[in-house]
Amino acid sequence: MSALDLISPSSPLYQKRKGVFPKAVDGFYRRLKWAVMAITLTIYYVTPWLRWDRGAYAPDQAVLIDLAHRRFYMFSIEIWPQEFYYVAGLLVMAGIGLFLVTSAVGRAWCGYACPQTVWTDLFVHVERAIDGDRNAQIRLAKAPWTFEKTVKRLNKWSIWLLIALLTGGAWVFYFADAPTLARDLVSMQAPFVAYATIGVLTTTTFLLGGFMREQVCIYMCPWPRIQTAMLDEKSLIVTYKDWRGEPRSAGLKKAQAMEADYPVETFGIAKARIGDCIDCNQCVAVCPTGIDIREGPQIGCITCALCIDACDKVMTQIGRPRGLIDYATLDDAVIEKAGGTARPVWRTLLRPRTLIYFTIWAGIGAAMLFSLGQRDRLDISVAADRNPRHVQLSDGSIRNSFTVKLRNMETRPRSVDLVVSGLPEAVVWSEVGSRETAGPRLRVPLAPDATTQLRLFVAAPATGEEHVEFRIVAQPTDGAPGSREARPARDDVVFERPEREDDE
Amino acid sequence: MTKRVDEPTGTTTVGHEWDGIEELDTPLPRWWLIIFVACIVFAAGYVVVYPAIPMRHAATAGVFGWSSRGDLAAEVTAERTRKASTLAAIAALPIEALPAQPQLLRTAIEGGRAAFKVHCVQCHGSGAAGSIGYPNLNDDDWLWGGDLTSIEYTLTHGIRNPDHDETRQSQMPPFADVLQAAEIDQLVAHVRNISGQGKPSGAGAALFETNCSACHGTAGKGGREFGAPNLTDGIWLYGGDKAAVRVSIAKAHAGVMPRWNSRLDPVTIRMLAAYVHSLGGGEAPPAPVVAVAPEGKADVGA
Repeated sequence: MSALDLISPSSPLYQKRKGVFPKAVDGFYRRLKWAVMAITLTIYYVTPWLRWDRGAYAPDQAVLIDLAHRRFYMFSIEIWPQEFYYVAGLLVMAGIGLFLVTSAVGRAWCGYACPQTVWTDLFVHVERAIDGDRNAQIRLAKAPWTFEKTVKRLNKWSIWLLIALLTGGAWVFYFADAPTLARDLVSMQAPFVAYATIGVLTTTTFLLGGFMREQVCIYMCPWPRIQTAMLDEKSLIVTYKDWRGEPRSAGLKKAQAMEADYPVETFGIAKARIGDCIDCNQCVAVCPTGIDIREGPQIGCITCALCIDACDKVMTQIGRPRGLIDYATLDDAVIEKAGGTARPVWRTLLRPRTLIYFTIWAGIGAAMLFSLGQRDRLDISVAADRNPRHVQLSDGSIRNSFTVKLRNMETRPRSVDLVVSGLPEAVVWSEVGSRETAGPRLRVPLAPDATTQLRLFVAAPATGEEHVEFRIVAQPTDGAPGSREARPARDDVVFERPEREDDE
Repeated sequence: MTKRVDEPTGTTTVGHEWDGIEELDTPLPRWWLIIFVACIVFAAGYVVVYPAIPMRHAATAGVFGWSSRGDLAAEVTAERTRKASTLAAIAALPIEALPAQPQLLRTAIEGGRAAFKVHCVQCHGSGAAGSIGYPNLNDDDWLWGGDLTSIEYTLTHGIRNPDHDETRQSQMPPFADVLQAAEIDQLVAHVRNISGQGKPSGAGAALFETNCSACHGTAGKGGREFGAPNLTDGIWLYGGDKAAVRVSIAKAHAGVMPRWNSRLDPVTIRMLAAYVHSLGGGEAPPAPVVAVAPEGKADVGA
């Protein structure tokens, strides 16, 4: 179809989905997909139930995104909102990791680990268990709505819906204490947002995995486009080796007969060069996205490699070497077509581009781990109160007030001494104290894993610069001197005095 | 105006033609029509159940009896109910006991902050820093006492309210009627001197002893029973330069603060007192002997 045809009013822009009925297949890649499915689904369903002891003042869920309290817990790591760049770093790592995987093994993410692929695969297996394999499914799709078909459809949809419900149900456990939420969900006491989230995810899982399937990959997902751009001539992609397969023959016997008839050039008819492809169509039958890999690399190919399994089986049956359809790079294709031997896989995987990606990826990971180990768990931020900027006290001194926020990111109660440095003769007190109790330092108890806010009053003699930059230091009262927990937090602020007026 | 069938599409034209351009009479999309009709049906129902049609005095009420004013009333009632127990707890406690309850104190301060923005900022400013004639509430200089009890009393009964017996009361006489201009100048020099400005004035000191010390004290430290300002510190309600002090002595000032017990409920006043006390200059409760000061002041005013 040309571009002109597309915009012509006589041809509709909408194309109805062609049914895809993938045939069951067994083989190395199918087993690999089973393993990946088992691992990814286990991670997804089990993770929220893992426990991690953080003491009395923090939740004991290993992985918890606590939106209400703005905390992100991941095993021994606790992230506060202002440390969100760690999550950004994880996303950057995920992005570069995808670059790395794509440049090395093509669209392996799409083919094995993408949730759309994993759940669709799961749904396809359910479908097969109820409706039978490919041919039975095609028959049933064409059949009128008999009682039997209705029962089968209802069965299939119920099981899909159940899986979808469990999928949506598992998602919400990442955002609240899983056992408590599970109890609340069952007793209908969970918050509305939990039910709404489950409802939305159940619907999307049911529709995307049951009905939309490959259309998500082909029409909705941006990744195939990006990944296509990331691929190069050295990336492993699922390749039909047309130089070996063509010309096809319809059926093995016909192929053997042709070769027997024309063993050498006879009467100007060339010696029969019959390709290995016997056009058995198994590669098309097993494809979950319904494409024909023999047409070459295409956007619909998620490189799930099931066609490799199917083709290998046929090649074995007809006594030809396996790998007519196989993982190969475009460079390999050129070499093999010319009669050479393809480069070994490890050389394809280890090349400058993949190594550079790996170095960047590992570098970011190492930098993040190092910085996580070094980060301060005590933080102070001080904002000067601007209304009024300064207050004249009856003893002639000038008072400024500041809003101090102390973040104790450790899961235990602590206390700090607030000390003013760089402002001579300054005394400090807080709302609960008074000028009489003011001194050069103020002890503040800090709640565990929480932000403590207080209004800090700082008084200093009226004589001095109009604007004095000084520092408010929060000195922990615990921790061995020199240790990380004893490291003070500080913030720089300005002490304001009234403008000088000359005496009359 | 000839309608014809457009051949490539098989659709009738509407019959208009502009420079050879014709419009096809394509029917509205089905989904659009369905939504359109659904909107009409919805509107019909809406008109019946909600206020909709403007009449002479008000719109039709609608069978649900809904109104935005009613919504507001319900929200206000709900909010009052939500706060009731906390406010009752604040009201039940004597104000001196508030600091011992940090949670209640914090609530009271925040409630006071909100009330301050409505009732007090007009004179004292949004930061409570005051201006000429209106005291700065952030500092530690108090005319009538800066502990919680005194602040609450001042807020409740006001200052120099003519209609109220318990109000804070005092009146400085205008000394222009009593003293010569030169004597006032000497007094100005003395008053400025005891607050650390200008040169001493012997004559001024003598005049001060005679005329001013009854209320302001011999040393000029003021007296809270009369709301007499401390003249020795750096804080001046009406200005500390020569001209301002001269005006204060010659004409005298008598600032008035409304009593708030006629406008606000006791809990709001209590929360306002807690807020003002929290601004940085709040004083600790006085020793028990001084604690009877409010009554003493009331006697003076009576």
